[in-house]
Amino acid sequence: MTVPAESLAAPRFALPDAAGHFGPYGGVYVPETLMTALHELTAAYEKARSDPAFQTELTHHLQEFAGRPTALCFAARLTQHCGGAKIYLKREDLLHTGAHKINNALGQALLARRMGKRRIIAETGAGQHGVATAAVCAKFGFDCTVYMGAVDMERQALNVFRMRLMGAKVVSVEAGQRTLKDAVNEAMRDWVTNVRDTHYILGSALGAHPYPMMVRDFHRVIGRELKEQILAREGRLPDEIVACVGGGSNAIGCFFDFLDEPSVQLTGVEAGGRGIRRGEHAARFEGGKLGVLQGSKTYILQNPDGQIELTHSVSAGLDYAAIGPEHAHYRDQGRIGYAYATDDEVLETFQLCSRLEGIIPALESTHALVYAVKRARELRPEQILVVNLSGRGDKDVQQVAAILKGEEGPSNR
Amino acid sequence: MDRIAAAFARARHENRAAFVAYLTAGDPDFDTSLAACRAVLAGGADLLELGVPFSDPLADGPTNQLAAQRALEGGMTAARTGELVRRLRETSDAPIVFYTYYNLVFSNGVENYVRAAKAAGADGLLTLDLPPEEAGELLAACTQHDLKTVFIVAPTTPDSRLPLLCAAATGFVYYVSREGVTGVRDQVAADIPAAVARIRAHTELPVVVGFGLSTPAQVREVARAADGVVVGSALVNVVAAQLADRAGLPGRLQAATAALAAGVRP
Repeated sequence: MTVPAESLAAPRFALPDAAGHFGPYGGVYVPETLMTALHELTAAYEKARSDPAFQTELTHHLQEFAGRPTALCFAARLTQHCGGAKIYLKREDLLHTGAHKINNALGQALLARRMGKRRIIAETGAGQHGVATAAVCAKFGFDCTVYMGAVDMERQALNVFRMRLMGAKVVSVEAGQRTLKDAVNEAMRDWVTNVRDTHYILGSALGAHPYPMMVRDFHRVIGRELKEQILAREGRLPDEIVACVGGGSNAIGCFFDFLDEPSVQLTGVEAGGRGIRRGEHAARFEGGKLGVLQGSKTYILQNPDGQIELTHSVSAGLDYAAIGPEHAHYRDQGRIGYAYATDDEVLETFQLCSRLEGIIPALESTHALVYAVKRARELRPEQILVVNLSGRGDKDVQQVAAILKGEEGPSNR
Repeated sequence: MDRIAAAFARARHENRAAFVAYLTAGDPDFDTSLAACRAVLAGGADLLELGVPFSDPLADGPTNQLAAQRALEGGMTAARTGELVRRLRETSDAPIVFYTYYNLVFSNGVENYVRAAKAAGADGLLTLDLPPEEAGELLAACTQHDLKTVFIVAPTTPDSRLPLLCAAATGFVYYVSREGVTGVRDQVAADIPAAVARIRAHTELPVVVGFGLSTPAQVREVARAADGVVVGSALVNVVAAQLADRAGLPGRLQAATAALAAGVRP
């Protein structure tokens, strides 16, 4: 893609700085053993990103393997139901393996191949990143190991089976609270041990530099397509774009090309769990404070001593104590706003979207829908609201069925 | 001379390497941990590395992860860690170095942490996930409060990073002899003498070697090349094995330390 010279000068293209900082956030906070690997990865990525052959190869696989571009779909009945702004859905749920995660997995796998790595490791929460990684590893012939918290393996059993079908080794993580954060710890321990022949495909816009930048870049295709599609469809930009935020990769990928479009409001939606009480949610901007976790300086849910707090969300993919550093920066700047949705709201809207649109959304993406349904009512009918529907809910149906039958509370643990 | 420099000078005077013992502070409870620390010092440790337990110890293997979990479940906090050091100082003048993760240092203000650590009686600080590139604030606070810093050199560290790492360290330099997390290994890594020589070309500070050492023979082998030898998981395993008999721990730990520390004595 050609980027006009003047927009390259815009502040967003200057971030992060060479050491991975987004203002006071981000950076590189890892054990010494990983420093050289991260420097090599940064150099390899910088080279690939300016190499047209790499971009051509990536675009080819995004189209042929992943199924890009994804549709921008007008949600007619949801719009009618809310009686306000027009709601559009950016259908990342239609991608191969069921979520936006494949954009990044493909990009990093191609990079790992260029770097001569033979083995890939990844962490996964909901399993969507794990499935995407398993798929690209099968496609390109990498040895693949995915770390997944034991609690998540239980609530996302279907995805565990999918990963194993595609030849990945899925390792159950029994440490800590046995969810995404603990899976990241275990993946980093593996990487520290096998750093010479292994590439770690981190699945969100988190961790040490260059990951937050690289993962964002691989997802920018979402926002670029969206911009073209909405201009073609409506002849103008949307009034607001909404996306769910765990680490924040689908959100930042979707928002990035709108950061310097001041007429477009950008909103990230965090997981409010059972409500904003200690240990009951994963909304980092509601009670989190500045800290350093798993490679990056950002907002983190932690106790007064600096120990990381337990988190909870009905959606495994948002059940994480830290938020991507670039989100923290744009929140400070006032450029991206943040809200949260609770488990109960999510379960209700999960059914609403399924019933009205014939689309079963992932529980993660449903957080964005909860906000959109409320927000659309506040906007006028000629206004446009776009929701990044980051994943499909097939993986969630068993869990939701169990909750609705009253077999378990949304707590699930 | 500060306690760290004095301990290495004393060992050098005795023509031997220093023995560095690692334990997790508060593992499995405050009182047992205090007795355990006293036991390793009585058993011949020249320097105590005190792991300050963190909820997410991503550079540690299962042995130290479990130790941190026991300590946190046993009620260990930042304040209690300071209290542990104060209690140790009542009976010992051995150098104590905190071994921890940056969020604990950063969370309530780096300078506050450093000031409190020094006031409690700690001599140095090793922050596992803080490379010198991000350590400006910590280095300034440590200089201001005269708390020594320790930085790690890994087998993957290129020569080009050694000046930066060695300049950031003011207490000693810690060479981790293995890629990977902490934990017991069967064999000592090759090329330790070459690695230590590589580091010594950039610093006058003592160079200690650790990660995975668990037998007197391994300690002896590494002691020939380094200024200090670190044993961690092997001692933490002794703690883990005595959970049902906490009163019996100090005796066992002192004996285990003495056996391992014999490796540094000719």
